[in-house]
Amino acid sequence: MIEVQGLTKRYGKTVAVNDLSFSVEKGEVLGFLGPNGAGKTTTMRVLTGYLPPTTGKVRVAGYDVMESPLEVKKRVGYLPETPPLYTDMRVHEMLDFAARIKGVPARQIKTRREYVAEKTAITDVLNKIVGHLSKGYRQRVGLAAALIHDPELLVLDEPTAGLDPKQIIETRKLIQSLSRDHTIILSTHILPEAANTCNRVMIINAGHLVAEDTPENLTHRLQGFETMRLVVEGPQEPVREALAGVEGVHEVSPIPMPGGRVEFSVQMAPEQDRRKELARKVVEGGWGLLELRPTGMSLEDIFLKLTTKDTAESEQAQQAAAAPETPEGGEPETAEEVTEA
Amino acid sequence: MRNIWTIARKEMNSYFRSPIGYFILAIFAFLFGFIYYRSVADFIFTSLTRAQYAQMYGQSMPPMNVNEMVIRGLLSTTSFFLLFLVPMITMRLFAEEKKTGTIELLMTSPITEMQLVLGKFFGSLLLYSIMLGITVPFMMILFRYGNPDWKPVVAGYLGQLLLGGTFISLGLMFSTFTRNQLIAASLTFTTLLLLWVIGFWSQSSGSAWAQIASYIAILTHIESFTKGVIELKDTLYYLSAIGLGLFLSVRSVESTRWRA
Repeated sequence: MIEVQGLTKRYGKTVAVNDLSFSVEKGEVLGFLGPNGAGKTTTMRVLTGYLPPTTGKVRVAGYDVMESPLEVKKRVGYLPETPPLYTDMRVHEMLDFAARIKGVPARQIKTRREYVAEKTAITDVLNKIVGHLSKGYRQRVGLAAALIHDPELLVLDEPTAGLDPKQIIETRKLIQSLSRDHTIILSTHILPEAANTCNRVMIINAGHLVAEDTPENLTHRLQGFETMRLVVEGPQEPVREALAGVEGVHEVSPIPMPGGRVEFSVQMAPEQDRRKELARKVVEGGWGLLELRPTGMSLEDIFLKLTTKDTAESEQAQQAAAAPETPEGGEPETAEEVTEA
Repeated sequence: MRNIWTIARKEMNSYFRSPIGYFILAIFAFLFGFIYYRSVADFIFTSLTRAQYAQMYGQSMPPMNVNEMVIRGLLSTTSFFLLFLVPMITMRLFAEEKKTGTIELLMTSPITEMQLVLGKFFGSLLLYSIMLGITVPFMMILFRYGNPDWKPVVAGYLGQLLLGGTFISLGLMFSTFTRNQLIAASLTFTTLLLLWVIGFWSQSSGSAWAQIASYIAILTHIESFTKGVIELKDTLYYLSAIGLGLFLSVRSVESTRWRA
């Protein structure tokens, strides 16, 4: 569906996307994950033919975006971060205009309009003026306009930004239902969203591809150690020693809890499942095992780890090169948004 | 073709979704109505005094020409109104799309920059034609109660259409330069004013520079049309000016992709 090879986009001296290569198969839901300014929007704009790449080959649905932009645009539906809507039009006028400009045959416009309106649940506002709609409705009208020509590829830039929690859940459901008929690329800086809706995640930072995999594999691959969380009723030191004696255990860090309980975070090599041994040690010692569960590294941890590592490296590289600029999008500004989501 | 029409229709409709379309038409109708009243009243007054004069001295009354005395003046004044009405028509064409981000919808749709520019041009030209259409009933009254020659009137309207097209294509071009409608309108107005003022200078001097200036000046070329003569030279002047404005607009829209 999409093949990107060595995509670089510069704005003057600023490099927004640096040598990015990836491909997307038909039917996939790909998430672009990265802090603000990482190059997500720029990449999407190149894919939709809005911006030409500085260098690199980009093919969408078998067509090169530079050589046959119109063919690409016929097959792509794009929803930018702020939905591009004419606020003085009524919703049905907006959809009809979008249909005509996207080349939907005149006879099919009505049926397509009705279909997308139902799909995005905006049937009840079709006669309202776009400018009078709430942010959530505008987002859905924008999505309906992007869907009107039944595109093979749907590109959604931060589809849930600025929505309330209920709307976010609805939008996610909608995206999931759309993924049956369309290949979807969406960008977000909200991590659980990528884990929820995508079958593949690309983490982008400062224009570079940092990691790419399924949300589950990403968690596994980047973990290094598996972490077990144990809550034990018993004395802290003896339990710690007993747990540290289990084969494969790397580190045991106790956190005292009220009521004579201690929480242990046990880091161990991921090759073998050692949960049984851990449980036996506790029981053999005569202590009470209240809880034992693996805690996979969350996408947030991975994200922070990757982006901060990358920043540190690029900072070093830049100090070596004595370059005056600071890396773009250096700070991972995620914590707040994650808790919001 | 279909894409151009889609855009043109959208532009045309958008003038009437906001008050701007009605406002422009109302102002024009009022101004035109006023000068129409003045020039017809003058004409009648002149004809009365001449008739009286002729009677007093027992001579026959000299012939009076409606084309020369009324219609020509009306059409030249109309072209003067365009100087400030056209910037109001064209300022929003691209500037507004850029400001609200709807340009992203157009630029990711399967249409070429040329179709986009032409669509917007014809959309504005359509509003302008409606504006000219307002003057038709006034002219019909002249034909009902007088007997003007119709050929110069047709030539005059053709000239107005070409002149309006030229103004619009310039305004369109300035609208692609900025996302601020006020800047687009000011640039258009200043440029049109400048091209108009050059004409005065060319009349006051006979040097070679003045001749060049008179060729550039935008309103000197309308004179032949208002006199009822369709000059090839002047028609070509307007057509090439329209072509240049549209070409530069297409280029400017294309370049926004590269500069973005």
